[in-house]
Amino acid sequence: MNKARTNPFNNIAMHGALILYTLIALFPVFVILINSFKTRKAIFREPLALPDADTFSMIGYQTVLKQGDFFLYFQNSLIVTVASLFFVLLFGAMAAFALAEYRFKGNTLMGLYLALGIMIPIRIGTVAILEMMVASGLVNTLWALILVYTAQGLPLAVFILCEFMRQVSDDLKNAARVDGLSEYAIFFQLVLPLVRPAMATVAVFNMIPIWNDLWFPLILAPAEEVKTLTLGSQVFIGQFVTDWNAVLSALSMAILPVLVLYVIFSRQLIRGLTSGAVK
Amino acid sequence: MTALTLTNVNKSFGDVHVLKDINIEVEDGEFVVFVGPSGCGKSTLLRVIAGLEDATSGEVRIGNELVNTTPPSKRGIAMVFQSYALYPHLNVRKNMSLALKQEKQSKAVIEERVMKASRMLNLEDYLERYPSELSGGQRQRVAIGRAIVREPKLFLFDEPLSNLDAALRMNTRLEIANLHDTLAASMIYVTHDQTEAMTLADKIVVLRDGRVEQIGSPMELYNNPVNQFVAGFLGSPAMNFMPAAFIAEGDTRTLGVRPEDLRLDADGDLSAAVQHVEQLGGDTNVIAQMKGTQITARLFGQHAISQGETVKFGFSSERAFYFNQDGLRT
Repeated sequence: MNKARTNPFNNIAMHGALILYTLIALFPVFVILINSFKTRKAIFREPLALPDADTFSMIGYQTVLKQGDFFLYFQNSLIVTVASLFFVLLFGAMAAFALAEYRFKGNTLMGLYLALGIMIPIRIGTVAILEMMVASGLVNTLWALILVYTAQGLPLAVFILCEFMRQVSDDLKNAARVDGLSEYAIFFQLVLPLVRPAMATVAVFNMIPIWNDLWFPLILAPAEEVKTLTLGSQVFIGQFVTDWNAVLSALSMAILPVLVLYVIFSRQLIRGLTSGAVK
Repeated sequence: MTALTLTNVNKSFGDVHVLKDINIEVEDGEFVVFVGPSGCGKSTLLRVIAGLEDATSGEVRIGNELVNTTPPSKRGIAMVFQSYALYPHLNVRKNMSLALKQEKQSKAVIEERVMKASRMLNLEDYLERYPSELSGGQRQRVAIGRAIVREPKLFLFDEPLSNLDAALRMNTRLEIANLHDTLAASMIYVTHDQTEAMTLADKIVVLRDGRVEQIGSPMELYNNPVNQFVAGFLGSPAMNFMPAAFIAEGDTRTLGVRPEDLRLDADGDLSAAVQHVEQLGGDTNVIAQMKGTQITARLFGQHAISQGETVKFGFSSERAFYFNQDGLRT
């Protein structure tokens, strides 16, 4: 049955395009990785060459690890990212459920208001946010970052999850009501598992910008003990001299946790897709 | 004892008056079918009984208890939905036991009831499967099983067979009829299909535009419809309606004759041009035109009638129904 529909040429073209895109997307990562294992001279002489016996060097990693606080930065980044994602998903899903499920006055208006955040970049409000954080004494705490990132992620989360929750059949929710589930139980036990693929999408969308962000850590939490990884790596970039070995090593290591988180979420994505296909 | 009493129930969505002054009584152990064209409010009525919608006014009593403000799960009802509404992420066993867990029943009770229901519905081999791994008929049985395990006072079925194919529909219909005999429970069944209504019901409630048109046993409604709507809605093929002036000059009423009451008769009053003949083997349906009105005759046995022929039909006068201009029987 499938045979009739797949044209071999189409298939090759499709895979060719995807492979090409993959190569382009992975190229910078690849360059960072190979250069992180080379001596400083080798990096500049032949940036695209693979490390060999002469040029291989772990000097970058040694510098980064000797810097000492690197694991602390790592930990800070992880805490901020995971906590922000948790709050974005929790509050986003709750707001989306209310908007999708209950008829109340101003429902549409509320939805629009929440969606407005997608269009207005949160960085415009940086000064106001900083003033607020100073006033509430949250400057140089991880909470400052978590709160800002939660606010930043919520609009898109509400928007996406709301659409998905509308697709959960009313009969299903009514069946649960007849079965005696409370509204909270319906939300947590029924609707959330069903929109898991959408949750994973939202998580992936939000995770990368939070992990990579330099702006807010630099402004809201530049203190040594709350530095994030991206900010921490900046110490190797100077105005006149940049320790490229260290920068590349730090970046290489920074990829790892995101990769792990991504694998976790994308498995959810795939599982969700296949379970939804047979309805 | 009455299982359900509805007294002057009204329901409006904003300005739209969906249910108008509904009064219905369901006796214990009775199988009641709500039937009507789509949009007549029958599903809304079921949802009001279930507690998924609140009645705007009027009283809903289940087993003599006023339940207007009782949440669905406390009303002692169980509902089977048209779309099955199985929890897709739970297997059959968990689907059936979820409500009992919510009621904080002991594990032994849950296990016993699930086993009993699955035996009754031949689902024992499927308990560990997920809804997506079941066929339509099996899913519907699971949905029914989920209702049975709760041992409700009142079963509510919302068009449970509309998603099944014709053969399966017939089987499941029989299963539901058997179930009603075995459980001896009160059941309310909503459908737009008059065959289901006629075959299953102890009592049929015909609804139109949110109003009860007539309540009675299937044969009562069939033999003695109060108005033209009920007469036309029950019976398949539907009753023929024509101006009574066709047989009696000056009569302004509408004449109704059931297709099976028409017979070939050379001296008959109705002469019509045959448009189409459906040979069913056991029956022959003749569709004919008579002065711009289409009439259908259901003749027993096989008849050699060809298209374009003019035939004469007769009927006995006691099988004729007359309706006045408001559609009421006279």
